Amino acid sequence: MSAAPMTASNSTVPNATPLLSARDLSVRFGGVLAVNKVSFDVRHGEVFTLIGPNGAGKTTVFNLISRIYTPTTGTLHFEGQLLSDKPPHAIAALGIARTFQNIELFENATVLQNLLIGHHIHRGAGFWSNLFFTKASREAEIAARLSAEQVIELLDLQHYRDSFVAGLPYGKRKVVELARALCTGPKLLLLDEPSSGLTVEETEDMAWWIQDIKTELGITVLMVEHDMSLVSRVSDRVLAMNQGEVLTLGTPAEVQSHPGVIEAYLGSMDDVSSLRRKVA
Amino acid sequence: MAFVQLLISGISLGCIYALIALGFVLIYKATETVNFAQGELMMLGAFGGLVLMTWLGWSFWLAAPVAVACMFLLGIGLERAVIRPILGQPQFTVVMLTIGVGYTARGLISMVPVIGTETNALAVPYKGEVINLGGAVISLEQVAIIGMTAVLCAVLFAMFRYSKLGLAMQAASQNQLAAYYMGIPVRRINGLVWGLSAAVAAIAGLLLAPITFVHANMGFIGLKAFPAAVVGGFGSLPGAIVGGLVIGLVEAFAGFYLPEGFKDIAAYVVVLVMLVVKPNGLFGGATRKKV
Amino acid sequence: MRFIFKTEYGQDIQLVKHNGQVFWYGLLVLALLAAPLWAGDYWLSQISFVLIYSVAGLGLMVLSGFTGLASIGHAAFLGVGAYVQAVLSAKGWPFPLTMAMAAGLSAAVGVLVGLPALRVKGIYLAIATLSFGFIVEEVLARWESVTKGNAGMSVSPPQFFGADLGSSEAFYYLALGTCVLVTLAVLNLLRSATGRAFIAIRDSEISAQSMGIHLAGYKTLAFSLSAAIVGLAGALYAHKLRFISPDQFGIQQSVDLLLLVVVGGIGSVHGAFLGAIFLITMPQLIALAKDYLPPAVGQATGLQAVVYGVVLMAFVLFEPMGLYGRWLKVRTWLQLFPFYRKGMFKRQKSYAKSERLK
Repeated sequence: MSAAPMTASNSTVPNATPLLSARDLSVRFGGVLAVNKVSFDVRHGEVFTLIGPNGAGKTTVFNLISRIYTPTTGTLHFEGQLLSDKPPHAIAALGIARTFQNIELFENATVLQNLLIGHHIHRGAGFWSNLFFTKASREAEIAARLSAEQVIELLDLQHYRDSFVAGLPYGKRKVVELARALCTGPKLLLLDEPSSGLTVEETEDMAWWIQDIKTELGITVLMVEHDMSLVSRVSDRVLAMNQGEVLTLGTPAEVQSHPGVIEAYLGSMDDVSSLRRKVA
Repeated sequence: MAFVQLLISGISLGCIYALIALGFVLIYKATETVNFAQGELMMLGAFGGLVLMTWLGWSFWLAAPVAVACMFLLGIGLERAVIRPILGQPQFTVVMLTIGVGYTARGLISMVPVIGTETNALAVPYKGEVINLGGAVISLEQVAIIGMTAVLCAVLFAMFRYSKLGLAMQAASQNQLAAYYMGIPVRRINGLVWGLSAAVAAIAGLLLAPITFVHANMGFIGLKAFPAAVVGGFGSLPGAIVGGLVIGLVEAFAGFYLPEGFKDIAAYVVVLVMLVVKPNGLFGGATRKKV
Repeated sequence: MRFIFKTEYGQDIQLVKHNGQVFWYGLLVLALLAAPLWAGDYWLSQISFVLIYSVAGLGLMVLSGFTGLASIGHAAFLGVGAYVQAVLSAKGWPFPLTMAMAAGLSAAVGVLVGLPALRVKGIYLAIATLSFGFIVEEVLARWESVTKGNAGMSVSPPQFFGADLGSSEAFYYLALGTCVLVTLAVLNLLRSATGRAFIAIRDSEISAQSMGIHLAGYKTLAFSLSAAIVGLAGALYAHKLRFISPDQFGIQQSVDLLLLVVVGGIGSVHGAFLGAIFLITMPQLIALAKDYLPPAVGQATGLQAVVYGVVLMAFVLFEPMGLYGRWLKVRTWLQLFPFYRKGMFKRQKSYAKSERLK
C-alpha cells in the first residue's frame, strides 16, 4: 500500500505511441449527431487542447472518454487498451481523471475529505479492514492524507482544508475540483474549461499550475478551453471542433489563424459587413 | 361473467388510485416534491362532505362541490404555510414534512367529536343502486367513479395543453429561477397546483366514501397510489391514470385468482417488477444529470 | 474556545479528538456501565429501549444519512432480525450465534431490497423500499409455519451455553455492548475510505464514479450493512418485548425510524442517539401532559399522532439539522460567546431546478 504516485512513468525515453487515441469517434443522441468521426491522438506529456464554439461536442468527447456515454461508432484507446468496454468506475484506475464543467464536488464534505475521496482507487484496505479499523486501515489513511497534502501544497489550499465545499467561492471550488482530480494520481488529466468563471489572477494561477502539472508531475493534459490566451500559453497542440466535427489540428498559432476556425467563431467574411453602420 | 365483474371493480378501484396518483403527479410535476399526505387530503375531503351533510343538513349535490372548493383553499393554505418555506431543500426533507402533515391531519380528525373516531356512512343519492349489464352487476357508485375520473382527465388535459396557466405550471416545474425571470408568479402557481391537487383528492374521497365509508384511516389507501404513480412514471399525468388502472386491475384479479394475502401486496410486487423492467415507469422520461 | 495543536496526521484520524471529549464521553460510559446501580427498574428498561432504537437509528443513518438512499420500509429489517432471533433462541442457540444469524439474514434481505437501488434513485427508491416493507410484513404474517403468523410469537430469553440472560440487568449489558460495538464500527467506517465512498455517493454520484467508486457495489454494501445493523436491533427488540407479531414491523414502525433519524439530525452519528431518546421519551411526555389538557384533546386517540406530526413538521421547517444541529449551534454560541453571529449556520437559498430531461 503506497501513496498515490504523483509522477507519471519514470521512463526517460519519449514514448512514441500516443497515450490516448480516438479513431472515427461518433455518438448520436436520438436524431442529433453530437460527435461526428472525430479522430485525434494525445501524446505522452503534452498539453492538448480542444477548442470550438459552444455545442461543438467538446464536453461530449470528454464524456465519451469518461465512459458516461458510449460511442455509436469509432474507438477510443488508452495506452493501447480499448476504452469502450470498460465501465465508468474503472476509468480512474486506468489513470484517467477529469474535472467537470459545472463543478461536481461533494458539497457536504470538507475540502480535505473531497481530496481523500480522490485517493479512493489507491485505498489499499477493504471494507472489513475499515470496519475494525485495523493497522492496514490506519496506514491507508495516513498514506491518503500524505498524498492529499502534497496536492494541497501544490495548489495552495492550506487555508481551506477543513472548510465545507458548500461555502467556498467559485474560484476556490474550481481549484478543489482540480486538486481532487490530481489526487487520483492520473496519467491523463481531462480539464473541462478550467478557466471559466475565474478572474484574471485566478486564470494566471491556473496557467502556472497546468504548466507545473505537465513539467513537474509529468501528467498529460487534455483540456477544453475558450480563453485563447490561456490556450496559446500552455498548449502544445490544439484541435478545433465545430458542430461535432474536426476543423483542424496544429499548434495554437496555426489553429487560431485557420480561416475555418475564424469563421466558426466569428462568421464568414461576408457576414461582418452587415454590421457596418450605414453612412447616410 | 366473473371476469367482467372483476374488470369493472378493478377499473373503478383503479380510478380512485388514479385520482390520488394524479394529485401526486400534479404536485411532483410542479415542484418536484412528493406529497405523502395525499391520502390524508382525500380523507379530509370525504370528512368535509360528511360534516356538511350531517351537521348542516345539506344535500349531497350541494355539499360535494363546497367540500371540494374548501379543500382547494386548504391546499393553497397548506402550500403557503408549510411547503413554501422549505422549497429548495433536498427531496427527503420535503417528504418527511408531508409525512408529518399526514400524521397531524389524521390525528386532528380523530379528535373531532363523534365522527372522528367512528366509521361513518356518507349518504350519497346514488348509493345502493345497480345497473344490470348483461349479467354483470355494476353499482352506480362504480359508474360515478369511472365517469368522474374521465371528466377530470379531460378537463386537466385541456387545461395543461391549451391554457396559459398550464404552460406556466410546466415552466415553473422545469426551472424555477428562469420562470421567475419570465414573469411567472411561481409561488402563486405552486399554491394553485397544491389547491388543484387537494381538490382532486377531495373528489376521490367523496367518490370512494360510499364504498369504504368515511373514517380517519381512510388515507392509507393513498399508499397504494404510490405504486400507481411509479408504474405510470412519476412525471406523467396520463401515466398516473394508466398506472392507477393497472394497479386496480391487478388487485382485483389477484384477489380472485391468487391465494389469500396476495391481494394486499399485489400492487407492491407490480412496482418492484416495474422498477426492474422499466425503472422510469411506462411514460416517465429518462432522468440523467447533464455534466 | 479550544484550540487543538496538531502535530501528526494520526490526530485527525483519532475517534476522540481532545481531552474535553475524553472527559465527557468517559463520564457517559461510566454512567452507563453503572446504570443498574443508580437507575430503577423502570429507567433501566427505558435506557435499554433507547439503546435498541439507537442501534436501529444508526442502521438507517448509514443508509439514508450517509449514503443518501431513502428508505421508508426499514422496519422490515427490524422484523427479519426479530423473527430470526426468536426462532433460533427457541431452539436454544447461544446469543452470539443467533445475533450473527439475525444480522446475516437481514443483510441478505438487504441485498435483495437494494437491487432496485442500483437502477433508480430518489422517490422511486423510496417507493421501492416502501413496497418491500409491505411485502416483508405480509410474508412474516403468512409464513405461519415459522413465524406463527398474525397470532404472534413469544420470545425466550437470550441463551449463552446454559446461562439465561433474561434478567433486565443482563439484557441491559447485552444491549449496551451491542450498541457500543455498532457505534464503533460505524465510526470506523466513517473515518476510512468506505465511509467516504458512501458520502461521495450521497453528494454526487457521477463524480463518485469518476473517482473510481463502484456505485452498484457500494450501494449494495450500504443496504446490506444498514440491514445487518437494524437486524441486530431487531434481535434485541424481540428479547425486550418478549412477544412479537408482524404488525409491529409495519409502516408505523418504519415512519417512527424515519422520525428518529430526522429529529435526531440526519447525517450524524449523534443524531441516532438523540433521535432514539426523543422517540422513547415523547410518549411519556405526552402521557404526562394528557392530564393538563382539556379532555377533548387529552383523551383523544389521535393525540400522539398530532404531536408526532407537529414535531416532525417543526423540525423540518425550523431545524433541518435536527437535535444534533441545534446542539451544535448552542455549543458554538457558548464557545464563541459573545461573538456568535446569527447567520453562522444559515443554509444557502436555492431554487428548485428539475433534473428531469423531459
